[in-house]
Amino acid sequence: MDFDFSDEQREIKSTAHEFLGSRFKPEHVRELAESDSPYSDEDWKAISELGWNGIAVPEEHGGEGLGTVELMILCEELGYFCAPSPFISNAFAGALIQAAGSDEQKSKWLPGIASGEARGAAAMTGDDSVVGAAEGAAVLTLNGPRLVEPDDADLERLDWIDTTRAYFKVSADGGDPMPGDVLPALAVGTIAMSAELVGVAQRALDMAVEYAKERQQFGRPIGAYQAVSHRLADMLWAVEEARSLTYSAAWAADSDPDLVPIAASMAKARASDAATSVTHDAIQVFGGIGFTWEHDVHFLLKRARVSAQLLGSSRMHRDRVASLVGLG
Amino acid sequence: MDLTLTESEQEFRDDFRAWLDDNHPGKAPRGGDQVQFEFEREWQRKLHDAGWAGVSWPKEYGGRGATLIEQSIFGEELARAKAPRPANVLGLVMGGPVMIAHGTEPQKERFLEPILSAEEIWCQGFSEPESGSDLASLKTKAVKEDGGWRITGQKVWTTFAHEAKWCMLVARSDSEAPKHKGLTYFLMDMEQDEIEVRPLRQITGEAEFNELFIENAWVPDENVVGGEGNGWMVAITTLMNERAGLGASAALGLANSLDELVELAKERGVADDPIVRDKVARLKIGIEGLRMGALRALTSTMKVGIPGPEGSIAKLQWSSTNQAMTELALDIGGPEMLAKDSDWAYRFLRARANSIEGGTTDVLKNIVAERVLNLPKLR
Repeated sequence: MDFDFSDEQREIKSTAHEFLGSRFKPEHVRELAESDSPYSDEDWKAISELGWNGIAVPEEHGGEGLGTVELMILCEELGYFCAPSPFISNAFAGALIQAAGSDEQKSKWLPGIASGEARGAAAMTGDDSVVGAAEGAAVLTLNGPRLVEPDDADLERLDWIDTTRAYFKVSADGGDPMPGDVLPALAVGTIAMSAELVGVAQRALDMAVEYAKERQQFGRPIGAYQAVSHRLADMLWAVEEARSLTYSAAWAADSDPDLVPIAASMAKARASDAATSVTHDAIQVFGGIGFTWEHDVHFLLKRARVSAQLLGSSRMHRDRVASLVGLG
Repeated sequence: MDLTLTESEQEFRDDFRAWLDDNHPGKAPRGGDQVQFEFEREWQRKLHDAGWAGVSWPKEYGGRGATLIEQSIFGEELARAKAPRPANVLGLVMGGPVMIAHGTEPQKERFLEPILSAEEIWCQGFSEPESGSDLASLKTKAVKEDGGWRITGQKVWTTFAHEAKWCMLVARSDSEAPKHKGLTYFLMDMEQDEIEVRPLRQITGEAEFNELFIENAWVPDENVVGGEGNGWMVAITTLMNERAGLGASAALGLANSLDELVELAKERGVADDPIVRDKVARLKIGIEGLRMGALRALTSTMKVGIPGPEGSIAKLQWSSTNQAMTELALDIGGPEMLAKDSDWAYRFLRARANSIEGGTTDVLKNIVAERVLNLPKLR
């Protein structure tokens, strides 16, 4: 029993934390979120050069051949910095093709996904109504499951509250069907999204704690008042519980497939609720300043709210958990 | 990261599981009375004879010297098998470890073996009517005399006081010193007329706990643990022992209850009620969150000596989940769950204490805020 990262995984985490922290500084995230397109080619190139896009893609297709745990580590860090990036959509597309694609489909698409030079974009709902980062992708993994090239599809940009990423509604007939089972990849995507939500929640908690130590009212830092400090303790509780469930689900995806269906649903349900409640609570701790556009916490709130809905809401995942514990 | 058991951990589990299969004494009689107590004492003797009583204790003191993970496995197996608790649980979990950490050699020789064999039962005299969460404010007085100490005061929430031979008692030995510094940790012989034990009836109707009225009781010098004035430090060790490593087995206990709750929901025909489904799933998520957090904390403790932030919330997770579970059971079960002899009604009432005993939820959140989040103190 060893519920801890290996040295290599720890290295991935600290590298990611440093790299993303210096790359996606709050002012850069804000600039992207306030522009028409949240993705910058330079950022994508920098991430691609680190080999992250192929982290869970097999080596024979140009990836690093690592697992869901490593992918999860990156997604948590990307969430922490609220990084505007098509990363998760591309990684999810890769997982779907790897799980369900034919050999030919894998050889055709996985190398570009792994290198980032011809990235994929994946449907995040069961009806193709939300596809992350569809514009600029080389291939879309849509429900069916099937592969569609963007030129053969109608893309409608969704004008959503979260502007740190681009979401699209896709309409496309036909496409290239994938013969295999997408379920294992759906679990990987769900776990990756859970990890992102854990990162978002941790960032909101860290920001709120820092503020509670500095902000003075009635002659004391507000963090000294139990109404505030107990709220922050509850936030920590939510974040840590979500993290424990997400880490164990990622481990299961790599090592114990029987556990994956319930583990992935528990992780997503908990992480979705943790990220939404913690970002709400963070705004409450900030008070008025947290409600202003100029403060950064609203980007986390909006990202949390959107990611909580993608790949199954907490309500839906809890219903699945209820079935799996014997309620039928 | 590897959440499977190593070969030696698996061997440990298989050994104990096999032993439990052969030696499980059945369900303990309930009621907190003498019959139940003797049953639990007999059970501990059986555990001890096979070397399973002091699992966490070092081998040189008659224990098994198990790793933290093995201790957790041991607790999980007990929970899985729904085995009764051993009679001298406070001696095993708190008294012995404190003696091992802070006791003198003669004390270890005198006290440890009878704890393991349940020959001498231990109770804990910490809380007082005026000192609950603010334990360090306690007022029970220890006055120095030739060769020992005279103890006078009142203690409350003392489990097993009727059965106990020894009381782990914290008393104020120096009323001039700052409140944390003037305390001393004593081992007080319960067999003296100067101590009156009165059962404390609780909301379930039983009396699990007692009040102690102490009037000039005698403790000889050789029964001071950790030295005069060090009582707070020694007591804290005991409390940490109470909390460490309990998460995973607590989660298994909750998982057993959840299985029963799922059966109840099916019996009552509400398995497809969306509200019931949502609440049951929340419980399952709470239980697994507790279990996985406990395993993370164990790994961290084994590697770096202390658990990470996840370790600070285990008690909160357990108490809130158990309370929510018993509330849901009463809701689903309907009027017949309100009968005094209903098992779920008992568990519901007993669960009200979960967020108070062993550190209230309110104080634990203060601890999370101050020690984990490093927020400023109000005081």
